[in-house]
Amino acid sequence: MRSAVIVFPGSNREMDMVAALEQASGKKPALVFHKDTELPEVDLIVLPGGFSHGDYLRAGAMAARSPVMAEVRRRAEKGVPVLGVCNGFQILTEAGLLPGALMRNASLRFVCKNVTLRCENAQTLFTGAMEAGQRMTVPCAHMDGNYFADADTMKRLEDSGGIAFRYVDGEGRTTEEANPNGSLDNVAGVFNETKTVLGLMPHPEDATDPLHGGTDGRALFHGLAEALA
Amino acid sequence: MTDTTKTPGITPEIVAEHGLKPEEYRKVLEIMGREPNLVELGIFSVMWSEHCSYKSSKVWLKKLPTQGPQVICGPGENAGVVDIGDGMAAIFKIESHNHPSFIEPYQGAATGVGGILRDVFTMGARPIMNLNALRFGSPDHPKTRHLVSGVVAGIGGYGNCVGIPTVAGEVNFHPAYNGNILVNAMTVGLAPADRIFYSAAAGAGNPVVYVGSKTGRDGIHGATMASAEFGEDSEEKRPTVQVGDPFTEKLLIEACLELMATDAIVAIQDMGAAGLTSSSFEMASKGGVGVELDLDRVPLREEGMTPYEIMLSESQERMLMVIKPGREELTRGIFEKWDLDFAVIGRLTETGKMVLRWHGEVAGELPIDPLALASPEYDRPWTPTTPPPPLDPASLPERDPLEALETLIGCPDLASRRWIWEQYDHLVMGNTVVRPGADAGVVRLPAECGGGKKGLAAKVDCTPRYCLADPVQGGRQAVAEACRNLYAVGARPLAVTNNLNFGNPEKPEIMGQLVGCLQGMGEACRALGAPVVSGNVSLYNETEGKAILPTPTIGAIGLVEDVARIPGAGLAEAGLALVLLGRTRGELGQSLYLREIEGREEGAPPPVDLEAERAAGELLLALIAKGRVSACHDLSDGGLLVAAAEMALAGTVGCALDVPGETPKTAWLFGEDQGRYLLAVRDADAILSAAEAAGVPAVRVGETGGDALKLSDGSAISVASLRRAHEGWLPAYMAAELAAE
Amino acid sequence: MKAKVHVTLKPGVLDPQGKAIHHALGALGFQGVEEVRQGKVIELELAETDRARAEAALDEMCRKLLANTVIENYAIELTD
Repeated sequence: MRSAVIVFPGSNREMDMVAALEQASGKKPALVFHKDTELPEVDLIVLPGGFSHGDYLRAGAMAARSPVMAEVRRRAEKGVPVLGVCNGFQILTEAGLLPGALMRNASLRFVCKNVTLRCENAQTLFTGAMEAGQRMTVPCAHMDGNYFADADTMKRLEDSGGIAFRYVDGEGRTTEEANPNGSLDNVAGVFNETKTVLGLMPHPEDATDPLHGGTDGRALFHGLAEALA
Repeated sequence: MTDTTKTPGITPEIVAEHGLKPEEYRKVLEIMGREPNLVELGIFSVMWSEHCSYKSSKVWLKKLPTQGPQVICGPGENAGVVDIGDGMAAIFKIESHNHPSFIEPYQGAATGVGGILRDVFTMGARPIMNLNALRFGSPDHPKTRHLVSGVVAGIGGYGNCVGIPTVAGEVNFHPAYNGNILVNAMTVGLAPADRIFYSAAAGAGNPVVYVGSKTGRDGIHGATMASAEFGEDSEEKRPTVQVGDPFTEKLLIEACLELMATDAIVAIQDMGAAGLTSSSFEMASKGGVGVELDLDRVPLREEGMTPYEIMLSESQERMLMVIKPGREELTRGIFEKWDLDFAVIGRLTETGKMVLRWHGEVAGELPIDPLALASPEYDRPWTPTTPPPPLDPASLPERDPLEALETLIGCPDLASRRWIWEQYDHLVMGNTVVRPGADAGVVRLPAECGGGKKGLAAKVDCTPRYCLADPVQGGRQAVAEACRNLYAVGARPLAVTNNLNFGNPEKPEIMGQLVGCLQGMGEACRALGAPVVSGNVSLYNETEGKAILPTPTIGAIGLVEDVARIPGAGLAEAGLALVLLGRTRGELGQSLYLREIEGREEGAPPPVDLEAERAAGELLLALIAKGRVSACHDLSDGGLLVAAAEMALAGTVGCALDVPGETPKTAWLFGEDQGRYLLAVRDADAILSAAEAAGVPAVRVGETGGDALKLSDGSAISVASLRRAHEGWLPAYMAAELAAE
Repeated sequence: MKAKVHVTLKPGVLDPQGKAIHHALGALGFQGVEEVRQGKVIELELAETDRARAEAALDEMCRKLLANTVIENYAIELTD
């Protein structure tokens, strides 16, 4: 799996992502700067976490309009898989590549803690190494992770398997306590219609080593590496 | 002189407003050989301020140990540098932002974090962790909630955005901080040991380069109100609160590190307090050169700024560099790539003078060495604190220890800080091995350091109530406890940084606190092999004549040889023996038990036996290296029973504790005797014999298991009840915010 | 009665958000934007019918909560 990680000004989890991708695929991802207008030939494009442009105006708003995003959009339209994590998810919604929006956390506070995710659709190239209903403990770290979409969009997502992950408690229930940010229906991640673009708020890349935070995040990267080998 | 610097003459009032004493001003006249203009006076004022000159503390700071085989660079640079092996160095420092955080808590704390990050990456290091030590007033004080909320959000807002994990800290509440909160921020960075960047300028003719954000009227010190006399639109010119821009800081880090990988930089210094003045002055002074600045070239954010304002602005996210001639375009390219301002604003000279040009004329001209060398140094009168007599534990009433424990574990000084550290990104960079809430934060070092096995541990500590009662013991204790927290995660202490927060040093009793704390600190640093390599002094923390508690915060770093062997802080398994390392006599003087349960703050604090500290620490390191320790926690506030409860809370099982008869029960359970650790181990006998061989007192005190904390008299409290008390207080306190305002 | 409160940074206070937006507008090809300052608009509906009392109440709201008067100015607009 050849991958590219896009670096926006203010990205800060690009190296975490590089390490996770390299661990799963054995190949070093290319780092592409936001001012670049060309992308190398890759099997996966990743938008990492951080505070692109300081999250000023709206999280992801300015990065979504940066030069490199035109090329990301073209590749996505051709079917090249795109993964956005945290700020990457925010950028993808701002760019219109994923439905919905990420609003300020309901607590109005930044939240960094472990959350439990439940895989809602295991029939995609991102989730091939998971089972539907499988639970994973991974950290989240964000200020604006409160997922919102209108009722029609939510229904469409629900009906088409567009919801990728939900926040759940230890028993797998979508409780309010399990929801770190007030997301609608505990949504933690969504796919586009063709299931080739995934955005999620938590950080599977920070849960790929038993010494820091466990290994539940590996399933995503190993599944991708297998599907895109 | 130009119109913009014309002043109505320097009156005694203007001198006083600049914080200069009449005798200091006489020295100014002597050095200048004439009356200074306002720009020059402003420069003297900031260079001779307590903050820049350490005039009250210098005499005593010189007595601290600052050397050691591991020390690459001690105090005097932007931060301290120590060798951590494998060709790498750790660069770290702690710094206060107390007053600005009281005025505007979010921005004050945020810019505090920004400033300390710059001190560290200025020297060539990529920051790898942040810590903070916070002191607030009484929870009942009407401002406290607002200050906690703003300071925590500000620290998080800055550190999270820049992308540096905040891995550890400490927070206390005490009415002595009602009018003067403390916000001490620490950063630790990592750099190749042979690529450290210093601030001494060199090479006459070399360009002086300004990079980063533009200069505005941020934070020009209070004395600037005098400048209203030469301003027309005074509203527009009012000094303003510094606003942090973490996004620009992140870009500045990336751009500086990119430039540092080339050979362009001769010297570099961040523009911190007193901005362009202190950075240019210090660079020139350290290098023994002169400097000429063309203030017209300084990138400005606002119109109509004067040379006085440009020189004294504390706008954030700015750096000053001396680069090699011919590297201007390379430098410009890198900074423009990161969308940052870049300007050549001057050059070094051989004149030994600082010359400021403005609109083609000279706006200021000062001799560098005479000003720097004549910087005042006071041996202020001081009176030593007489320590109170020890407290007799037998004088205290008998109480149910588990009821007292439930109160203590949920009291403001011991309640869980989860509400705070969940607002800090403590995982970004993907190397955090020990998260907040443990004894010390630990991040794993990159593969080039020991193949990815090594880690760097850090912790900030101080027990101000001990320092107030007995500054010497308190100073020792701050160092000993910080190091103890390192030992507890299997780290050998390397060096420390200190943040000396005190009241008005012109009062002999306050000066006595400073002197005593520094004496104790120096003794402990020598005994534990952890020299002071950087630091910061914050004096005059007083409101209406009432000083804060003496708070000499220690930030310590240590090296972990194998991160896989770090014991957890939580009890994770039933059937393990609990072993107490260190001697227990039952010291309840100045204890948290005494304050929270009996409502008394008295007695002598626990004495610190530095030899015993070192022996216990070394023994613990050896035991951890052999994999003999399943869980470990140091004993501090609240003593043995609180430590056992904290280990149960951090883990998944409870424990049972024996209560021997020979020491009064309260003193045994809640005494704050120093140099102690509670260990959960599989083979207690092996630990006890190793301890005996090392001359460290050790005793088996119980075992792990169950879902409660039990005492040998049959009483018990469930871990769930303890958790409710421990986790409940801070969120409930902060949730009352809107209701209260 | 409806009201709008405009909260803006005081002159001279650094506005990182405005600065970043300014830069992004330039990158998108919008020339000639000389300065960008970002503020907030807060819309309120009040039960109060007396303009003077409404203004007094709003002024107090601004000082106590809606604006941070250390760094922000506010302006009150009653819209009907």
